[in-house]
Amino acid sequence: MSQRVLVFVGTKKGLFILESDRARASWTVRGPLCEEWAIHDATYDPAAGTLYAAGGDAWFGPAVWRSPDLGATWSHSSAGMTYGEDGPRITTVWSVVPAHGMLHAGVEEAGLFRSEDGGATWAHVRGLTEHPSRPEWFGGNGGLILHTIVPHPADPDRMWVAISAAGAFETRDGGATWEPRNRGLRNDYMPDPYPEVGHCVHKMALAAGETEILYQQYHGGVYRSSDGAATWVDVGSGLPSGFGFAMAAHPRDAGTAYVVPLTDGVGRHMIDGRAAVWRTRDGGATWHDLRAGLPQERAYVGVLREAMGTDRLDPAGVYVGTSTGQLYASGDEGETWRLIADLLPPIWSVDTAIVDG
Amino acid sequence: MTTVVLPRALIALFPGAERRVDVDASTVAGVLDVLDDEWPGMRDRLRDDVGLRPHINVFVDGERAGLGTAVQPGSTVHVIPAISGG
Repeated sequence: MSQRVLVFVGTKKGLFILESDRARASWTVRGPLCEEWAIHDATYDPAAGTLYAAGGDAWFGPAVWRSPDLGATWSHSSAGMTYGEDGPRITTVWSVVPAHGMLHAGVEEAGLFRSEDGGATWAHVRGLTEHPSRPEWFGGNGGLILHTIVPHPADPDRMWVAISAAGAFETRDGGATWEPRNRGLRNDYMPDPYPEVGHCVHKMALAAGETEILYQQYHGGVYRSSDGAATWVDVGSGLPSGFGFAMAAHPRDAGTAYVVPLTDGVGRHMIDGRAAVWRTRDGGATWHDLRAGLPQERAYVGVLREAMGTDRLDPAGVYVGTSTGQLYASGDEGETWRLIADLLPPIWSVDTAIVDG
Repeated sequence: MTTVVLPRALIALFPGAERRVDVDASTVAGVLDVLDDEWPGMRDRLRDDVGLRPHINVFVDGERAGLGTAVQPGSTVHVIPAISGG
């Protein structure tokens, strides 16, 4: 049976869906979808056959959109997505992740919500928001947001999340209680470089096939944990900058991960205006730049935290969306790149699915 | 009955919704409840538990209104998104 390769691109003005066959040589583009709402994350749940898109609208608030037919028709809901009449208000949804028959959504102002009916209704996971460290959470330029949700692949009671700027947390009891998981992360923007919370985690990803190895693009460094995020080790010394937003793991090789280093301090664009994705094949011990096909002159573009994804074909595809609306794709694990969409709205997120048919 | 005039961007979210709707309600909050009965989820697009969403304006017979504002038979309620964008 033939396979369709789908790339879901969340933008400031709607969701776009690119589609190709296994060769990934030519692409069609659909969109803008979701009534041109800002879409910060989109993910396909193969178990349910549902495509989810997380976002919000300046007028109409937050919602998780869902499509049973890969984007042809949609419904949307934020029922139950509230902190109550005393607030704070929830303005938008930043992440949506299916796992173990449940759906979790991360929202702004930072908190976690769970749906057990496929996104029709939502319930607040209070244990996280009621963590004693909550008064110490503060927002960065992107707001106080819960942007990363990493379910444990085997244990439905375990989950990691990341909040900017509070840090990483883990639950081992299905969300009732949470522990900060930031030990070893060094910040350079507070008097104490090693606080328990207050960390600007940009993105976390679980290593392929592993249950305790995670990678992290931090505000100032790239880290790896081999103990379920209990401790983090800086593995970014081979990179030209510790700053970046995006982080993606290879679909099969636990030692392989991708980052996009950006200028630190000011600009936060490709270093020297030369676009590059950097890859490690050995768990962060060494990194190599991947540039073939990426612009090497005047490329003052950025890549946001959710805007890089991989597909699970062999060789794996890697996709990077810029905050100025270009989408670059590699069909050979990052060795060579091609511009497959341009002039899109600013890209918030990139995710993929392989479906039969 | 009270006539409600809804914005185009809102009804685009609810297939089958119409721009002018006649409802039977006594307050603006009640109007939104009736709309939600007809098109589930519409209330959440216009208000949350705190109140009207910050960029949603409601006028009853031309006067700026809140959730508790009374509506009368024969009133016209306009739901108008604030001017914004970019």
